[in-house]
Formats: sequence, C-alpha cells, structure tokens
Amino acid sequence: MSARIGIVGIGHCRFGNSSEYDLVDVIAYSANDAFRDAGGLHLRKEVDQVLVGNMAAGMFNHQTSVASALISRMDMEPCPAELVENGPASGASAIRLGYMAIASGMADVVLVAAGEVMRVVSGWEATNIVATMAHTEAEYNMGLTLPGFAGMFTRLYMEKYGMTERDLALVAVKDHDNGAKNIYSHVQLPVTIEAIADGENANVVNNYVAEPLRMYSTCPISDGSAAVILVNMDSPKAKLFPKKPIRIAGIASATDTHCVHNRKDPLVLDAVRISAEKAYKMAGVGPKDISLAELHDAFVIFELLNSEEVGFFERGKSFLGVRNRETEIGGRIPINTSGGLKAKGHPVGATGVSQVVELVRQLRGEAEEGRQVKDPKYGMAVNFGGFGNNVVTTILAKD
Amino acid sequence: MAIDALEAKLRPPADELAPYPSKLITLASGEQMVVREARLADAGALLGTVYPLLGVPKDYYDIVAARMYSEILGWFRYRVANEFVIVGAIDGVIAGIVTSRHVKAGLGMSLHTLTIKRGLRVGAQLFAAKMEHHIDYLGENEVHIVAESPIGFKRWMIEYELEDRSAMYPDLRHELGGVPTFTLTRKLWEAVKPVKCTGVRPVPAELLKTADKLIMPDEYVQLPGWKRGA
Repeated sequence: MSARIGIVGIGHCRFGNSSEYDLVDVIAYSANDAFRDAGGLHLRKEVDQVLVGNMAAGMFNHQTSVASALISRMDMEPCPAELVENGPASGASAIRLGYMAIASGMADVVLVAAGEVMRVVSGWEATNIVATMAHTEAEYNMGLTLPGFAGMFTRLYMEKYGMTERDLALVAVKDHDNGAKNIYSHVQLPVTIEAIADGENANVVNNYVAEPLRMYSTCPISDGSAAVILVNMDSPKAKLFPKKPIRIAGIASATDTHCVHNRKDPLVLDAVRISAEKAYKMAGVGPKDISLAELHDAFVIFELLNSEEVGFFERGKSFLGVRNRETEIGGRIPINTSGGLKAKGHPVGATGVSQVVELVRQLRGEAEEGRQVKDPKYGMAVNFGGFGNNVVTTILAKD
Repeated sequence: MAIDALEAKLRPPADELAPYPSKLITLASGEQMVVREARLADAGALLGTVYPLLGVPKDYYDIVAARMYSEILGWFRYRVANEFVIVGAIDGVIAGIVTSRHVKAGLGMSLHTLTIKRGLRVGAQLFAAKMEHHIDYLGENEVHIVAESPIGFKRWMIEYELEDRSAMYPDLRHELGGVPTFTLTRKLWEAVKPVKCTGVRPVPAELLKTADKLIMPDEYVQLPGWKRGA
C-alpha cells in the first residue's frame, strides 16, 4: 500500500449504561465528538464515506439500517453509508474497510463510527445474543456461551502452563487501575488483589462466572460508542483538518475456523498471529517497536493469549510477564492502558474503534495523568471477532 | 396519659425480633464495609442520606428513595410492623441501605435496597445480608420480593433464580403495589448462599466503632455536581 492514511479526529462517550438512549443517538454522540476534535462540525460535509460498526442492533434494539439512520441523525445526506458487522470486531473491521476505501481512491475522508447499546436486555439475554456468533450446530445449540468457552479455555491454559487464578486477578487489578484513570471507562474503580483473590470474602466479592473465570476475569456488559475520522494524508482535503494525523501504519485481518473444535490446538490463535504478522509487515516494524497495545480482553485470558500471539511473550509465559509487572504503564510493554475491555467496558460493536481512539490519545500525548505512556511511537490494537475466528490488528504510528 | 393510650392504639403490634449480628465485608476496591442493623438513633442520618435521591429518575432511584424514606420514617415513628433496617458503611459513610419486614412466623417481606456507592456490588451484598437475616436469624422459610427497577429484577429475580409465585398463588401479592411476587425459599437460599453471602464476624472493635455514628455521604454518583450543604 502506498497511500498514507491517518486519523485526524477521535470521539468517544463514557462507556456504561446508556440504555435510556437511542442507539443512533449514542453513536452520533461520538461521531460529533470526533468532528469537534477534528476541527468542527462543518467538516461533516467533507466526508466521502461513512462506515458504522455494530454487531447486533437487530437483536438488542430491534433496529436495522443503523448507518442510514445515523446519516439522517447527523444531517449528512447524501453521503454513502454502510453498516459493517463482524461480531465484536465490527469496529476494527469498519476502520479497515475505511482504510481500503481511501486506499482504493474512492474516498479521501471516511467517518468510522461504532456503537452498541446492550444493557436494554438482562445480562443473561445479552450473553445469549453474543453467543449467536458461535457455530450454530456444534457450539451454540449445545449451550455454549462465550463465558463458558472462555472458562474452558482458561482451564486448559492453566493446566498446560501452570497459570493460577491469582494470575488472572493480577491482570484485572492492572486493567482496573488503568480504567480508574480513564474518563471513558465504564468501571472507574481500582480493585485490590487482596480483595478479589487473597481475602476471606474473595469468593463472593469475585464470584465464579464460569469456573475458573470469575467476575473480575470477565468484561462488564456495556453500552457506548466511539468514532474516528480517516483522511488521505496526501489529498487536498487533508489540509482542512488542523490536527497532525496519527498514521495507520499497518492494518490487517485474518480468520480461523468458525468451529473451535476444528483447530489443532484451541490455545493457538492463528488468526491473531497471522493478522499481527501482516500488520507488522505492512508497518515495517516488529513486536519490539510497539510502545503500547490494546489487546481484546473480553476475558482476561485473551489479553494473555493475544500478547503471546503478537510476539510480546513466548507461548505460555505471558502471565509471568504480568507477575513481573511488564505490562503495566511504565513496564516493558504496557497493555490495555485504557483499562481494556475488562474495565473500560465492551459495547461489542464499538470496541475496535474504542481501542484505536485510545492509541490515538496515547500517541498524541493526550491520555490522563498517570495513564500516559512516555513518548510512544507505535501503538497496536487487536480486535477479536468470534472466538478468535475473525481478527483485525491495527498499528498506528506517530510520525 | 391519654396521648400514650392513643399512641399505643396507633402502633402496630411488634414481635421480639432476633438481632442481626454485624459483619465486615472487604469490597473489591479493598474498602471495608461494616454491615450492621440500624438503630432508631440512626434514622436522621439514614433519612438525610436517602432524601437527595428523591429527584433521580434514572434507574428508578426516585421511587425507591421515596418509598424507602417512608419506610424508615415509619420504622422510626412506629408505624410499620416488625420492620428492620440494615446499613452498610465504609469509614462510617453510608454506602447502602436495605429495609425489610417480618410478617409472621416463617414469612418475610423484602422492602427496598438502595445502593449509594455503586460499582462494587454494595447493593448485592446488602440484599444478601437482608436475606441472611430473614432466613438464618429470624428463622423464616420464605421471603416475598418484588423489584421496581430493571436492575433490581436482574439482581434478585434472575441472579437468585427466585420462584415466581404469581401463577401458583394468584391472590398472593407483595404489599408494595401488587406487582407479581417472587419468593426466596429456604431451599433456594441454601443453594445460593455460598456464592452470594459473605462477611467476617465478629467485626473488629475498632472497625465496628467507625460505623457507630453513621455519616451521610457528601456526594453521590447519581447526582453529578451535587454537594451536601452547598
């Protein structure tokens, strides 16, 4: 790819409970926020393409044609607009397609806005809806849910590599510590290892969700939205945007078998590894060049596995890195500085865009005090669709 | 003393209820919450804590606060039969309140759960404490429960897998509004207790002392920008 494509505007709402609001309003909030960040709402008229990331508005909100609704809500007709659905990787897929639209020459400015409003249903119903991404006959119809899957996954990893439940809790403590300082986080409360793992009340305070996964090993169910504005940095329109772009140095996706049973080793996430390798190649960098990473951690086991697949740790060693505090801000490779899905929240369709917004904030040096990584050059985001079967990796660069 | 005779007629009959023993819960944040039965002398602080939430429609805080206010006032002025109030306090500051009522031998009626400090399952812990009092200390076999908010419904009806008695006993209605009544039975309680109910007893004296005089919160996440006394 020869095109230089950058992010010139970011928007984000605080994740949490937005169930009183209409989904399209929730997405429009972040989209408008992105335009304000980029230089003003008048820039809406410069957009050549709108892509909306959303996983399940049809089921959660009984609403379809979300992209069309957003265009009208934002007074952006006749701009082309489409919905992108790739499970919990819908957001990153929308960014990737936005990148492709610009790289193809069909657009110079693309708005990618993504959101989900999930808390209109009970936790059980939300879990059921999210589980529809699993293989229908082999998984979903057998009663498997994502927490159930992740629980088995975690057990396998523990038995194979010697990780303990306390190690999982250490990841949660780190993520909550970061999330507590992030104005956009759903859960802005730090937690202590004594309270959620070591103490007398830990079994109830941090109860099992799907053994060995506990509440603090699992992301909350969140509502929210995020948005980015992509620009062809070499087009005349780029001059309309005053902020220095954060360049998309690499963006790639890869897939794996829909049915996890068909994989040789369920603990090997080929799609993460391959998408990361492709993104590294495109960016001309390697794992050692990455200053920080947002890794999809709907369950904390994913943060660990993803960090191995993208090359930050050897296989089976990532939890030792957490014990050694290598993934904290100030450590060798800060992971989930935003709080991750674990603390910031996981409105499924919005997550991929939210991860990229966090990287932009960090690369611009705009993260909150105590959360800013020192002088970052490259940031990586891994957004995980399905149970590792459709993954997008993005690498941003501060030029 | 005519006034006393009249007052006696106005007061509901009262049973001697077993006391609820205080306990200590370490929340996920590491903060230590003393859970204890409220005393009549606490009524002022409890009412003052509930009052600002009367104007918060989000998550049905307004209706829960309004009803809890009247329940605490009714308890304080002896106008509700066999009511008890349990409070959770962190460094003395009220983090949550629950109200409930012993109806008759074997039967309890859960009234309200109000979470002041959110995000740490304070409400869930206090609701569990309330059920613990009903079944383990008052010896009841069933507690009737209703929810006014979707959050309450998710927390109690779904998480506790409460039994919906509406179809079984069409005439059975909770005294709050006649909405469909769910029931926590002793059997259900025994099944969920290990994962829902916790707390260390006895509470160390120095920590119990922090909750002796309850403090009203100065700020509420439910009321951004609001400050007590401002």
